[in-house]
Amino acid sequence: MYWQKDIETMQRSELEKLQLERLRKTIERASNSPYYGKLFAEMGITPDTVQSLNDLSKLPFTTKDDLRANYPFGMVAIPLEKCVRLHSSSGTTGNPTVVVHSQKDLDEWANQVARCMYMVGLRNTDVFQNTSGYGMFTGGLGFQYGAEKLGALTVPAAAGNSKRQIKFIRDFGTTCLHIIPSYATRLAEVMYEEGIDPVKDTALHTICIGAEPHSEEQRKRIEKMLGVKAYNCFGMSEMNGPGVAFECPEQNGLHIWEDYVIPEIVDPITLQPVPDGQVGELVLTTINREAMPLIRYRTRDLTCFLPGDCPCGRTHRRVARFRGRSDDMVILKGVNFFPIQIEKILMHFKELGSNYLITIETVNSNDEILIEVELNDLFTDDYAVLQQLSRDIIRELKDELLFTPRLKLVAKGSLPVQEGKAVRVKDLRKLI
Amino acid sequence: MTINQISVFLENKYGTLNKVLDLLAEAEIHVIAATVADTTEFGIMRLIVNEPQRAYAVLKSNNVSAYLTDVFAIVLDRASVQIFRDAIARFTQAGLSVEYMYSFVNDGDLVLVLRTNNPESTREVIRRQEMICLTENDLAKL
Repeated sequence: MYWQKDIETMQRSELEKLQLERLRKTIERASNSPYYGKLFAEMGITPDTVQSLNDLSKLPFTTKDDLRANYPFGMVAIPLEKCVRLHSSSGTTGNPTVVVHSQKDLDEWANQVARCMYMVGLRNTDVFQNTSGYGMFTGGLGFQYGAEKLGALTVPAAAGNSKRQIKFIRDFGTTCLHIIPSYATRLAEVMYEEGIDPVKDTALHTICIGAEPHSEEQRKRIEKMLGVKAYNCFGMSEMNGPGVAFECPEQNGLHIWEDYVIPEIVDPITLQPVPDGQVGELVLTTINREAMPLIRYRTRDLTCFLPGDCPCGRTHRRVARFRGRSDDMVILKGVNFFPIQIEKILMHFKELGSNYLITIETVNSNDEILIEVELNDLFTDDYAVLQQLSRDIIRELKDELLFTPRLKLVAKGSLPVQEGKAVRVKDLRKLI
Repeated sequence: MTINQISVFLENKYGTLNKVLDLLAEAEIHVIAATVADTTEFGIMRLIVNEPQRAYAVLKSNNVSAYLTDVFAIVLDRASVQIFRDAIARFTQAGLSVEYMYSFVNDGDLVLVLRTNNPESTREVIRRQEMICLTENDLAKL
């Protein structure tokens, strides 16, 4: 049931002792990097600054901008000859961010991912197909090494080319996929179009979905379409990549591996901790990384701690399904919302498909939102029925968002097909 | 007594009709009657064709949202307003409402394509009044 029972079910007091010890070592190690070396000297921070985990609040936050400003190696704490791998973000807005790993870092990362996979029931008898992009994107190599560590037969199929993915699934008897949620529904649709029943004609039983916020409704739909159990995984390149947090078989929140990171959830404005159950920004401190330790890294991902113990027996804290990045939040007419709130409503309606697009534009100097959603198929020839459906969807959306969006039902297949990370929001607002 | 009408979901977007008609033309399907209403956000095109089942299969396999419905196609011997009026009056007298209707002329006859709020009573009126309806076999010959 457990990959590392002693660590996964460790008493909280023991776990916190381990965290404190590792945090102090991390401060010592981080001081060797040009960035933290200078910052800690200025602030007078030494390992002794931290006498208990409460002293974490005395340490400075680290932001994505800090990573960019210290591109490429300003945060590396060990000599480069001891580093063996580098991953980088795309850097579409300014400098990319870079994360450098030692061999031990890579081994630990693989162990983290293997632990996640074992937790959801995957074993060395499984055939694991990874549909992530490889190369710089950490979902590729991260899962590759994790699955190999687990001992599964690993198929590095990489992204795209649905027909080839399906051929692999059938020929190799793939039992598990790592896949982006929007692509999971797309792949299921291609199977149906090819006359393949995912339940009868494939051996798939489990998928790991992540990299995109998705609603519980979307998960249920994917599980039904493919006849699998779908587990939510969370990671980010700054924290290695996949494996930071993962759902257990309870499918109720994601366990954060607290022997690897110390999680905090803070109010993004005041930066003060929020109580359990309240949404804030996830802040992570790496405590088991050699090459590039990060102190109180602001992930910009919004979530909350789930109170209470998990019936699975693991003591590592759980966070709720991610609501999106703080940068995904849309502010319209003074109301904040996340695209995932819209998805949650749309997925209630069985008449609708899985593909949708939210467009925000300025019409007569008014900001308006248009939601286009594909019909599953035509199920009536009566305008009145379609208009009623439209009204029902709008009413539910209004209850959720507190303003009335425009809704357009569109024909199946008419919105752009999502094969990479889904683009759900087009913001065409004119800045005045 | 009824025939299959094909309904196609159309977005209110420039050029969407062409795709549907191109597919039917390529498959050499004859369109006998067609109607599109001027709604705002989306539309439904209704079609009577010579081979509805095949047309439906062609559209579906090309990812067009289509739906088959049973409609009555009542043949009136002459395109005169009196005959038209009398035909509709028979349904009204039986308490029926017309949900939608359109017509085409075939060989000098006026054909009314009709859907009412109650197919069973409509069937009954047609039988009692001995009205003539087009059948699938008739369509195939057009």
